Amino acid sequence: MAEEVLVFGAWGSPFSRRVEMALKLKGIEYKYIEEDLTNKSPSLLKYNPVHKKIPVLVHNGKPVAESLVILEYIDETWKDHPILPKDPYERANARFWAKFIDEKCLSAIFKACWGACWGEEKEHEKAEIEHEKAVKEVSELLQFLENELKEKRYFGGETVGLLDIAANTIGYWLGVFEEASGVELLTREKFSKLCNWANEFVCVTAIKENLPPRDKLIAYFRNRFGAGNASK
Amino acid sequence: MAKNDVKVLGAWPSTFVMRPRIALNIKSVNYEFLEETFGSKSELLLQSNPVHKKIPVLIHGDKPICESMIIVEYIDEVWTSGPSILPSDPYDRAIQRFWAAYVDEKWFAAMRGLRIAQGEERKAFLDQVTEGLALLEEAFGKCSKGKAFFGGDRIGLLDIAFGSLLGWLRVTEKVGKVKLLDEAKTPGLVKWAESFCADAAVKSIMPETEKLIEFSKLLMAQMKGAPPPKN
Repeated sequence: MAEEVLVFGAWGSPFSRRVEMALKLKGIEYKYIEEDLTNKSPSLLKYNPVHKKIPVLVHNGKPVAESLVILEYIDETWKDHPILPKDPYERANARFWAKFIDEKCLSAIFKACWGACWGEEKEHEKAEIEHEKAVKEVSELLQFLENELKEKRYFGGETVGLLDIAANTIGYWLGVFEEASGVELLTREKFSKLCNWANEFVCVTAIKENLPPRDKLIAYFRNRFGAGNASK
Repeated sequence: MAKNDVKVLGAWPSTFVMRPRIALNIKSVNYEFLEETFGSKSELLLQSNPVHKKIPVLIHGDKPICESMIIVEYIDEVWTSGPSILPSDPYDRAIQRFWAAYVDEKWFAAMRGLRIAQGEERKAFLDQVTEGLALLEEAFGKCSKGKAFFGGDRIGLLDIAFGSLLGWLRVTEKVGKVKLLDEAKTPGLVKWAESFCADAAVKSIMPETEKLIEFSKLLMAQMKGAPPPKN
């Protein structure tokens, strides 16, 4: 039976890249449609009328939206190279940390990199305090992930799993944000395990082939959010 | 299985705490319900959920599991002899998970806003809540395929995710003097809500509207001093 798999995404989005990484890991062929997020296609609006966002996976005409929901769908549909463990407790654990990354980490990272704006001289001190608070928060969040990694090569153990894929924001995009904004967050002294993991992660074929070009991404974020919160 | 092998840390008014309790009831699993004191967090909670320090937490043996919908999926995967909470088809599962995420990430925030906001802001939240209910009414039509629940003949994942909010929805209707579930606009959901609340797995733990209204006064009082505890 001819199978049709479409992925609606955006080149710089970690969320749509997650979907592509999972499909690549499982060796699934798909057609990629790049969306201009300032001018969304009728197809995207048809397939995701509720959120009107990427990514959307369309499998034989049936759309699935929300990157973590899509990852689970991919794992349940194509059984080769499973990305979730079999044990229910370990599955719950992977899901817990994936949710943690999406709900807590990204917004904290953004705030630390681009949150406070340099204002009047008077406001400078206030912005500095806010910035320090944001950096501290990111540090605490990253510490949880550092502890969760323990001695494992990947979050998924010996092979890349759902949590590694969900952590692409930490494994690649975080480094991009740091360089674009000049704010250091994932330091080797504090997070040696996480740094080692990030290095391994970006070398995995299915991951490497789905990372947007670094320079292009840095330029994009600098353009969009400005020079960032780096201390003068 | 010994009763104290399964514990739920929670509080009776909490939407999120209801979810694992419903799931355990569906599976006929005995559990110990450890209630947190309002306004403080027990040592056990802080140890079992050091990341978020929130209820619910399921403690199975010595293993803590956190985040209500993750707990529900865990329960479904562990107790396989009971009725299934998630459907077997991957696409149907994805649809249930999609809407459960929508309820938690979008609709819940709008409901909460509606409960607290005043004036113009309140109208904006009301619009969001109503739009959300229209979407959920449509989803109900597609998922239930003419049966009583989103899950079909029996309560499923999305029923649990959305149904657990009915207690507070009724509070909002009563206190806010507004009709949210409406026979004219959301007839499917009106019937569904009745079926859900009457279900054996739900009936004994769905809080009474009057008791929730009393509790919400406590919450409001606490809000005057500090932000309300997030359920």
